[in-house]
Amino acid sequence: MTITVAGNKKEYEEGLTVAELIKVEDVENPLYVTVTINDDFIKSDTFETTVLQEGDAVEFLYFMGGGC
Amino acid sequence: MAFTDEQLERYSRHIILKEVGVKGQKKLMAGKVLIIGAGGLGAPAAMYLAAAGVGTIGIADADVVDLSNLQRQVIHTTDDLGKPKVQSAAETMKAINPDVNVVTYEDFIAANNIADIIKDYDFVLDGTDNFPAKFLINDACVQAGIPFCHAGIIRFRGQLMTWVPGEGPCYRCVFKEPPPKDAVPTCKQAGVIGAMAGVIGCLQAMEAVKFLTGAGELLTGKLLTYDALTNTIRTVNIPEDPDCAVCSDHPTITELIDYEQAACDGLSKDDVAEAAAE
Ligand SMILES: [Zn+2]
Repeated sequence: MTITVAGNKKEYEEGLTVAELIKVEDVENPLYVTVTINDDFIKSDTFETTVLQEGDAVEFLYFMGGGC
Repeated sequence: MAFTDEQLERYSRHIILKEVGVKGQKKLMAGKVLIIGAGGLGAPAAMYLAAAGVGTIGIADADVVDLSNLQRQVIHTTDDLGKPKVQSAAETMKAINPDVNVVTYEDFIAANNIADIIKDYDFVLDGTDNFPAKFLINDACVQAGIPFCHAGIIRFRGQLMTWVPGEGPCYRCVFKEPPPKDAVPTCKQAGVIGAMAGVIGCLQAMEAVKFLTGAGELLTGKLLTYDALTNTIRTVNIPEDPDCAVCSDHPTITELIDYEQAACDGLSKDDVAEAAAE
């Protein structure tokens, strides 16, 4: 199935969960990433159970604490 | 209020813009912007807003200028080492534009002083370097209904978003609560390209200019992210959290919180020497 991750269309296996996608994409600081699918927040306690669907658009939003 | 000849010339490149004009320039000159943090983000923002003729610019920081600041904090110079950052920043702003009224706060913002500091301003820029301060600024601005622009930078990446009452999510809608101390690196620990502070600090100044003049669209409901290594600028939609602890209609956070000050004291001189030796 085709999913758009951070603006890039890619092929993934059917049945992929958000937790699996985080691993596949090697997301930095995976415990502290905010995820949206189709512009809706996905609660972190549902990453394991949320199955991605054909055409989904996923975004990873990262903590960025610097500024000084 | 009529412009003097000198002001007409100084602001001529603004005034000829159809989105700004005489009206917009007057709005800038009547505007009050508070910059929290006179560091990497605050430096370019303060300089461009002073140059733009923003009427009152507040600047808050408790630090003094350190040698390791000068790689990116372009508002301070080598001559300013050891000087309070707010003093050095005020001197540069006044040198750029003597018309600007600069108000300095030589203090760290905290739950017991932030509401008092932000209350007189139209727009706040978050130029701080730690999560407790970023959450505090969000909560204080949301509670007081004062628009603000959040930003963060690290390594070759940066991001920013703007909050305006009733127009989209706040920082806490997206990021819930500060990560545990040292779970996510600061730029002192991980490093940052000086020009990244320039890029993102200027984008924050642009948000303030757009807010004051009413030109264009603000980054409300959007997180702009920049990755310098891949030349990627993206604007990601961010939804409101209907159960947000601060900005929803049933907030659970009603008092300001001083979270544990996560270390901006990352690397020691020995760590840097070790990295340099590799
Ligand atoms: Zn919120």
